[in-house]
Amino acid sequence: MSNAVSLADVVKRYHRGRESVEVLHGLDLDIAEGEFVAIMGPSGSGKSTLLNLIAGIDRPDSGTVMVAGQKIDQMSGGELTRWRASAVGFVFQFYNLMPALSGAANVELPLLLLPLSRSERRARVEAALEIVGLAERARHKPSELSGGQQQRVAIARAIVSDPPILVCDEPTGDLDRETANEVLDLLRTLSRDHGKTIIMVTHDQKAADVASRQLHVDKGQLVDVAPPRSRADAAPLAEAGRLA
Amino acid sequence: MKFLRYHPLVWLGLLAMKYFPLVWAGLTRKKLRTAFTLLSIIVAFLLFGLLQGVNTAFNHGVEGAHLDRLVVQGKVSMTDQLPLALRDRIAAVPGVVGVTYASWFGGYYQDTKSNVFSFPVEASTYFGLFPEIVLPKEQLDALIKTRAGAVIGRKLAEKYGWKIGDTIPLKSTIWVKSDGTANWDFRVVGIFDQPSDTGQEQRLFFNSDYFDEARTLYKGQVGWYSVRIDSPSHAAAVSESIDRVFANSDHETKTVAEKEFTQSFLKQMGDINFIVSSIVGAVFFALLFLTGNTMMQSVRERIPEFAILKTIGFSDQAVLSLVVAEGLVVALTAAAFGLAGSVVAFPMLESMVGVPRLPMSVLAVGLFYAVLLALVTTLLPGLRVARLNLVDALGGR
Repeated sequence: MSNAVSLADVVKRYHRGRESVEVLHGLDLDIAEGEFVAIMGPSGSGKSTLLNLIAGIDRPDSGTVMVAGQKIDQMSGGELTRWRASAVGFVFQFYNLMPALSGAANVELPLLLLPLSRSERRARVEAALEIVGLAERARHKPSELSGGQQQRVAIARAIVSDPPILVCDEPTGDLDRETANEVLDLLRTLSRDHGKTIIMVTHDQKAADVASRQLHVDKGQLVDVAPPRSRADAAPLAEAGRLA
Repeated sequence: MKFLRYHPLVWLGLLAMKYFPLVWAGLTRKKLRTAFTLLSIIVAFLLFGLLQGVNTAFNHGVEGAHLDRLVVQGKVSMTDQLPLALRDRIAAVPGVVGVTYASWFGGYYQDTKSNVFSFPVEASTYFGLFPEIVLPKEQLDALIKTRAGAVIGRKLAEKYGWKIGDTIPLKSTIWVKSDGTANWDFRVVGIFDQPSDTGQEQRLFFNSDYFDEARTLYKGQVGWYSVRIDSPSHAAAVSESIDRVFANSDHETKTVAEKEFTQSFLKQMGDINFIVSSIVGAVFFALLFLTGNTMMQSVRERIPEFAILKTIGFSDQAVLSLVVAEGLVVALTAAAFGLAGSVVAFPMLESMVGVPRLPMSVLAVGLFYAVLLALVTTLLPGLRVARLNLVDALGGR
C-alpha cells in the first residue's frame, strides 16, 4: 500500500516580529492510504502546524511534503488552493458552517468549484448527506441543527467532492460524549468503508482510541508512535458509486 | 444553440446564478443592517435623480442653442437695455443675415411662485429667426395683428387649461404700466410647439409694440438683440464687428453666442450646476464612508467564513469577487429603487424645470455611480479577505 502522506525532514518556523520560533524540528512521517491517524500532544506542541502542512494550508521552511501523490511544499498559493479543492476535505472543531445557508447549500460549496451541472451537484449533495445520515434535514440552517448534526453537515461538506484525505481538527471538541461517539463512528466508517485517509488532531484520548494509529507530538517532534492496528479492507467512495 | 453556452454573457449569467446564493447569504446574514444600508443608498440616489434631473433639464436648453445665432446685450450687464435704434446698424454688419429683439418681462400668474416665462418680441421677425418654434402661419398673423395678443407654448396651455381666445391676466415683477399697475392682460391667439425641446413650451410671447407703449420706463429700448449669421464659423468675427460698431458709445455691447447667453441667463437664478454638484458630492461623500464602513464591518465579522471558503478551495480572486458582488447587488438594487423613485417624482417638478420626464442620461449616470460606489467600498475589504492568512484566520487570530 502506498503512502497518502509522506513528510521528510520537515522544519517549520514562525516569525513574530524579530523573533523566530521553530515549531517542527526535522519531522519525518508516513501515513498509508486509508489509515485513520490521531495526532495528540499538549498545546503548543506543533500538532496543528503539522496538520496545516499536511492539508496544504501552510508551507514548511525546509523538508518535503508529499500528500495524495503531489509534492506540495513548493506549490504557490494558487496551486495549493486548487490542490486543496481536489485532494483534502476539512472538518473543524466549531463546524464552521455558513450560518445563512441551509445544510445542503453548505455541503454544496466545494462543488461550486467543479465543472458540474446543477443536477449533478444536487445528486452529490444528497449522497453525501445520506452517508452522514442527515438527508431529511438538508433544508435546515445550522442554527436549527444540534452540534452533532452540524458536525455531520461539516463532514458531508468535507467528503462531497470525494477527496482522498480528510483532515479533522478537534472534530469532537465541542460535542458531548454520546454525540462525539456518533461522529467518531462516522469517521471510522468513512475510513473503513470508503477508503478515506483520515488525519485527526485531538486532545481526547477516547477519540484517539478510535483511530487505527496514534501519533504523539511534543516540542515539534514525533514521540511515542503507536503501531498501526488492523482495519477492514475499504473500497474508495467513488468506486462505491455513492458520489460518482 | 450550443454556442450560446459559450457566449461570455451566457457564461457570466450562469456563473452569477451559481454563486448568487452565496452572495445572498452574505447579505441576509444581518438583515436589519442590510436594510438600513439599502435605505440610505435609496435616499441618496433619489436625491441624486431629482437634483441631477433638474440640472440636466436646465442644461438641455443650453445644449439646444443654435451655433448660427448670436445675442447682442449691454456690455456692463445683461439687464442693461439697448436702444431700438441699434437694430439697423447691427443688421448692416457683414455676416449678419437677420436681426430681431426681445425683452425679459418677469411675468407671473396669480402667485409670484407661478412664473410664466414671458417675452415681448418683434413678432414679424422673431419666429423667422427661431424656426424651432412651430407656430401656424394664421396664428402668427393673428399675433401681428392683435395688439395685446400672445402666443403660448403647448405645455403652458395644458398647465393652466388656456386656449385660443382666452384672456390671460399676468402681473410683472418689473414693468409697471402707465395706469400705475403691473397688471397686463393678454389674449391668446396661438399655441406653439417646440418638438426639439418641449421644456421651452412653457414660454409666452407677446407684441413688443404693446409692451413699449404701455410701460412707463425704458420706452424705445429692448432687452437684447438676437442675430442670425451666415455661418457658425464667422461667429467670433461677427461678434467682434458688432461690438466694434458700438465701442465708445453710450450703449457699448457685448455680443456672445446664444449658448453663452443662455448660460448667463440661467445663472441669474443661481449657479444650478454648482449647487447640484455640491449637494450630490456631499451626499455621495457621506455615502462612501457609511457604505464603506458597513462593508468593512460585515466582512470583518465573516473572516472565519471567508477563511473556510479559501480553505476548501476558493481562490483569492473568487472571494474578492464575492465581496465585490455583494457591494454591487446592494448598490445597484438601491440605486434602481432610488432612481425609480425620482422617475416617479420628477413630473412634480415640471412647473419648475419645464421638463416632464427625468432625462435618461441621469439614469445612466446614476447606475454608473452605483457601480463606482460598489467598487470603491468593497475593494479594500475584498482585498483584505483575498490576502487572508489562513493559518491566522483559522486559528482565530
